[in-house]
Amino acid sequence: MGKVLMKGNEVLAEAAVHADCRYYFGYPITPQSELVAYMARRLPEVGGLFLQAESEIAAINMVYGAASTGVRVMTSSSSPGFSLKQEGISYLVGSELPAVIVNIVRGGPGLGNIQPAQSDYFQVTKGGGHGDYHIPVLAPSTLQEIVDLTMDAFDIADKYRSPVIIMGDGMLGQMMEPVEFKEKVESKQFDKSWATTGTRGDGGPKIITSLELDADSLEKRNTLLQKKFAEMKEQEVRYETYCTEDADYIIVAYGTVARIAMNAINKARETGLKIGLIRPISLWPFPEKPFEETRKRVKGYISVEMSAGQMIEDVRLAVNGHAPVDFYGRTGGVVPTQEEIYEKIITVAGGLKYEHENGI
Amino acid sequence: MLQEIIIAGFGGQGVMSMGQLIAYAGMIEEKNVSWLPSYGPEQRGGTANCAVVVSDQQVGSPLVSNPSAVIVLNNPSFDKFEPKVRPGGLLISNSSLVARKSEREDIKVIDIRATDLANELGNSRITNMILLGAFIEYSKFLSENSIIESLKKVLSEDKYHLIDINKRALRKGAELVAVF
Repeated sequence: MGKVLMKGNEVLAEAAVHADCRYYFGYPITPQSELVAYMARRLPEVGGLFLQAESEIAAINMVYGAASTGVRVMTSSSSPGFSLKQEGISYLVGSELPAVIVNIVRGGPGLGNIQPAQSDYFQVTKGGGHGDYHIPVLAPSTLQEIVDLTMDAFDIADKYRSPVIIMGDGMLGQMMEPVEFKEKVESKQFDKSWATTGTRGDGGPKIITSLELDADSLEKRNTLLQKKFAEMKEQEVRYETYCTEDADYIIVAYGTVARIAMNAINKARETGLKIGLIRPISLWPFPEKPFEETRKRVKGYISVEMSAGQMIEDVRLAVNGHAPVDFYGRTGGVVPTQEEIYEKIITVAGGLKYEHENGI
Repeated sequence: MLQEIIIAGFGGQGVMSMGQLIAYAGMIEEKNVSWLPSYGPEQRGGTANCAVVVSDQQVGSPLVSNPSAVIVLNNPSFDKFEPKVRPGGLLISNSSLVARKSEREDIKVIDIRATDLANELGNSRITNMILLGAFIEYSKFLSENSIIESLKKVLSEDKYHLIDINKRALRKGAELVAVF
């Protein structure tokens, strides 16, 4: 097919179509509206269905309905709209339904603004809705990676009968880059015998519900869910490292921030500072291995985020007190520049002025 | 080779398409590219800008804070971005609408009366292409042919009749650079 220049939001939509997603329910919100518009045009072309719901809450419940029939379905939004979907997401987990949900994060809290942010990290990784649950969260940093991760997201969703979140920021949604949609390989087959598509007299009724009034039964269901989360934690960890082998200090960043950090790291390397990068691709499950491998020999980590410091908590847990963890972040839709990150590196690694933070 | 370019002007002057044409042309020439629009709660007649990165290496930051080249099409854009051009960099200014002249001596400045020239060519909407022609000719990292190829990708077929005037605008800009 060759390379095409596309916007991140459009890439998300086209990749979903490539992954055989044929149903989309959503409500437009900047900075992800191009995804909605693309689906409105594209899905009818492939025999799918696009429906603009009256609200985000309606959209996520339509997703619930479609997912109950075993089809591949998607919805997308940006921070305030994503918050509205939380009840439905909890229901999807409780009823064990596969779906892909995109959050192109913007500045918050509240209505905030429409500029890029990563301040929904807690919400996506720690369970934004009610109940004990986790959802796999994938955070692409390039448009080509969106293609690959969107395809994977649908497979993970079907494999575990679970919603999967793709998290990007406004910059990733709005920017253009060349992407290539590779020749389609045969989609993996997943068991959909649970789907409520009618019994046709061939068995008892199938029921999809998250309601379980008996406490013992609900505890049993929770135990099964926890087993599933444990398996995801084992199987679905993704990350990338860059120059960590000899690094004295390691930057931890994901999504577009990781790209910006890359420039700063390269510049620091030119001046002889040994800086590396750990880029979590799955935000949940959070990659612990690259920290276990490096935490005893590095002098410290710097978590760089477009938030007031959210991922840093997972970084600290993974580092587990073996090395200091520093932080640089911008909030409210301000994007950290490569110059700022470089300056942070110099301050921390160059030892210009650095105070250990409570020895952790 | 790493080019970090910012193009800025009023909404409607074609600054976004200029950036996209550079990105497309870079892609045609098998370079790594990114295009990032400034987006926000903008209004008609407000300012718009985009950042384009063209590189032999993988593109790191799509966000550009110290551009190697800046093309400004109006006054507010000049005020905002002229100080940000990195030393040794390039500033191309549409002097038909930009009143101020750059006094910086550490950058190359090219002033072109692009809007007036576009009107002389018969279409004020090709202002951007004159400036783009000048940029391509001066910076020499992309060929004019690739830009013309890109036009075919950006324009729908019913607009193909506009390719000729766009070509002439590119040429005009390129010729003007010869005197700088």
